[in-house]
Amino acid sequence: MNGSALLEVEDLQVVFPSREGAVRAVNGVTFTLGRDEMLGVIGESGCGKSVTALAVLGILPPAARVTGGAVRYFGAGGAVTITAQARDGETLQQLRRNDLSMIFQEPMTSFSPVHTIGNQIMEAIAMLDEVRRLPPRQRRREVGERAAAVLGRVGLSDPGVLTAYPHHLSGGMRQRAMIAMAVACEPRLLIADEPTTALDVTLQAQALNLLREMQRSMGMAVILVTHDLGVIAEVTERVLVMYLGRVVEAAPVGALFARPQHPYTRALLASIPRLTGPLAALAPIRGMVPSPYELPPGCAFHTRCGEFVPGRCDRAAPARVAAAPAHEVACLLRAPEAAGAAS
Amino acid sequence: MSGVSGVSGAEPLLEVSRLTKVYAREVGLLRRRRGEVRALDGVSFEVLRGATLALVGESGCGKTTTGLCIVRSEDPSGGEVLYRAQPGGAARDVVRMDAAALRRVRREIRMVFQDPFASLNARMTALRIVGEPLINNGLAGSPARLQERVAEMLRLVQLDPIYMNRYPHSFSGGQRQRLAFARAFILEPRLVIADEPVSALDVSVQAQILNLMKRLQAQRGTGYLFIAHNLAVVRYLAERVAIMYLGRIVELASRQEVFTRPRHPYTELLLNSSPNPDPAARKLHLVRAGEIPAAGARPPGCPFHPRCPYREPRCAVEEPALEASGAGRGAGEHLVACHLHRRLTLRAPAAPG
Repeated sequence: MNGSALLEVEDLQVVFPSREGAVRAVNGVTFTLGRDEMLGVIGESGCGKSVTALAVLGILPPAARVTGGAVRYFGAGGAVTITAQARDGETLQQLRRNDLSMIFQEPMTSFSPVHTIGNQIMEAIAMLDEVRRLPPRQRRREVGERAAAVLGRVGLSDPGVLTAYPHHLSGGMRQRAMIAMAVACEPRLLIADEPTTALDVTLQAQALNLLREMQRSMGMAVILVTHDLGVIAEVTERVLVMYLGRVVEAAPVGALFARPQHPYTRALLASIPRLTGPLAALAPIRGMVPSPYELPPGCAFHTRCGEFVPGRCDRAAPARVAAAPAHEVACLLRAPEAAGAAS
Repeated sequence: MSGVSGVSGAEPLLEVSRLTKVYAREVGLLRRRRGEVRALDGVSFEVLRGATLALVGESGCGKTTTGLCIVRSEDPSGGEVLYRAQPGGAARDVVRMDAAALRRVRREIRMVFQDPFASLNARMTALRIVGEPLINNGLAGSPARLQERVAEMLRLVQLDPIYMNRYPHSFSGGQRQRLAFARAFILEPRLVIADEPVSALDVSVQAQILNLMKRLQAQRGTGYLFIAHNLAVVRYLAERVAIMYLGRIVELASRQEVFTRPRHPYTELLLNSSPNPDPAARKLHLVRAGEIPAAGARPPGCPFHPRCPYREPRCAVEEPALEASGAGRGAGEHLVACHLHRRLTLRAPAAPG
C-alpha cells in the first residue's frame, strides 16, 4: 500500500438478507482515497453508493452483512480494518470521535431539535481525545473558542447562532451550521451523502463552495456521494461511477466528462439536459435499473446497454482495467484485447 | 427539436393576470398578532396553445401556488385566470366560475405532480387510476369500453396494458409518472399543469419522461405550464420561461433570451448557481448567493435588492414594474422587473468550447 492513501476499500461486499432473497447492495467495490482528495461517487438509486459510505464509517444498519472484502483506514494511530471492528467497539468509537465525520441530506434530521446549535457543536468538540485530556476549566474554554471559530469559518459569526435552536435558522444557515458541526472536530475524512439535494440551487452553490473551501483549508479527504453529475463536475477531483453495487468506471473528473469510457457513463451523460450548448434531443437510457433481487448475470448493465454483445456481456462480469493512466473501466468491450476489435 | 409546435393565432389558451394570493397567518409566540403572507403578488403570464411556459424559482417563490390557483385548488385573493377553450372562442374567468363550470373546466386543465409515490392512490389498480377521470365525469361507458380507453392511454405512455390490474407499488418511479400522465391525458386536456414532474426521478428515467411529455404535446397539441426549479430541464422543455421570486415574476422571455441574455440579476444568479456537468467550465465558486428571505418578511422596494450585487439606493425603496426590455413583441417580448436592466450586462453560463 502506498503511504499517501487514507482509505483503502478492497472488494467490499455488503448483503441485506431478506424474505424475498438477499440484496447484494455492494458487490465488489474497490477504491483508494488520498489524504486530501475530494472523491465523488455517482450513481442512481440502488447503485450502492450510500451503503458503501455507511460501510466506510462502520455504521451499516444492523440488517446488513459484510460478506467479503475490507475497508482499511490509515490514520495517525496506524492502520485499522474498519470492516473487522465491532460496530460500537472502542476502536470505531475513537475513530468516529476524532477522525471520521459525515453530512447527510436533510439538515433537520442531523440536528437535535431540543438542543442549541452551540451545544451540539460543542458536544462534538468535547469528544475529541485531545480536548478530553485538558483540565475541566481549560477544556470548557477551549471548547467554546473552537465552536465560535468553526462557526466563524462557515460564515455564522453572529454569536446569536450559538444559542439558537435549529428551527430558528433559515435553511441555508442550518446547512452551514451542519457543515460546521461536521468539521468541528477537524476530521481526516468527511463523508457527505447528497448533502445539498434538499437545497435550492443558490443555497446549494453556497454549501458546495463552503465544503470545498473547508476541504482545502483543513486538508481533509471528502467522499461526496450524489446522483447529480453537475455537482460532481463542479467540485470533485476524481469520480467513481457506480451501477448495481459495482464501480463501473473510475477516473479524474476532467477525463470522465471529456472521455467517458463505460457505456453507462456515456449513457448518463447523454441523458441529462444542459444549460448551454445545442438543444439536442435527450437520449434516455432504455428500460430501468433491474431489481436488486435478481442481478443480471455478467455485466449488470448489459440489459440496458446499447453496445450489448450477446454471449459475451451476459456471461462473465468484467474486471476493472486501465483505459488510460488513472482511468479505469469495467467493460469487456473496453478491455485491452477488445480494444483492437473496437477501433 | 420540436420547436414551437402548434402555436395558433394570437389568442392564448390561458391568460393569467394580476393573480394574487394572500394567506393570513398568526405570528409571535402566542400567535396573537395577525400578519399576512403575499404568496402571489400580481402574477401575469400567458400559456399558448400547444406550447410550454415554464415557471421557475426557488422554494417559496409561489410557483406551486400559482398552479393551484389556476385550477382553484386554492382560491386566489385577486386577479383573473382567463381560459379560452377554442381559438377565437370566448374567454372565461376560472376565478369567477361556479362549481359546475369549474368541474367542466377541470376536465380540460389537468395537473401532474412531483412525487409519483404520493400522488397515486396505492389502493387503486392502474386501470382505476387512469380510468377514474372518465368515471368521475360520467364518460366511462361500459366496463369493456373503459378498459379499451385505458389500454389505449397506457400504450400512449409506453406502458404495456397487461399491467392494467397491478397496483402502484409494483411500478417503478418512472412507470408511476407514466401512469400519472396517462391519467392526466385521458380526458384530452388542452392544458396540463405539471409541477416538478421529473424532479423525484433518477436521471436516466428523467429523460424518458421529458421525452414523453414532448411527444404527448406534439401529438395532442396540449399546452403546458411547467413548474420546475431545474433550469437545465426547463431549457429542454419550455419555449418561454418566467422566473419567479417571492411571489412575483421578475423576468419573462423566450428560452433563447433567458438562457443567453438574462436581464434580471436574480436570473443571472440562478443560471450561475446551477451546476453544469462540465468540469472544464466550473463556475459555482463565483457565486455569492445570500439568503432567501422568508415569504412573510418581504423586503420593501425590489424584493431581490438585499441579495443583489448591483443594487442602488432606489432599489430599496421603489418597486420595479415588469416592463418590456428590448424590441421584441408578442411571444418574442422580453419582460423584466429591474430598475437597472438597461445598464447591466449580465453573465450567462458560457457555452462549451
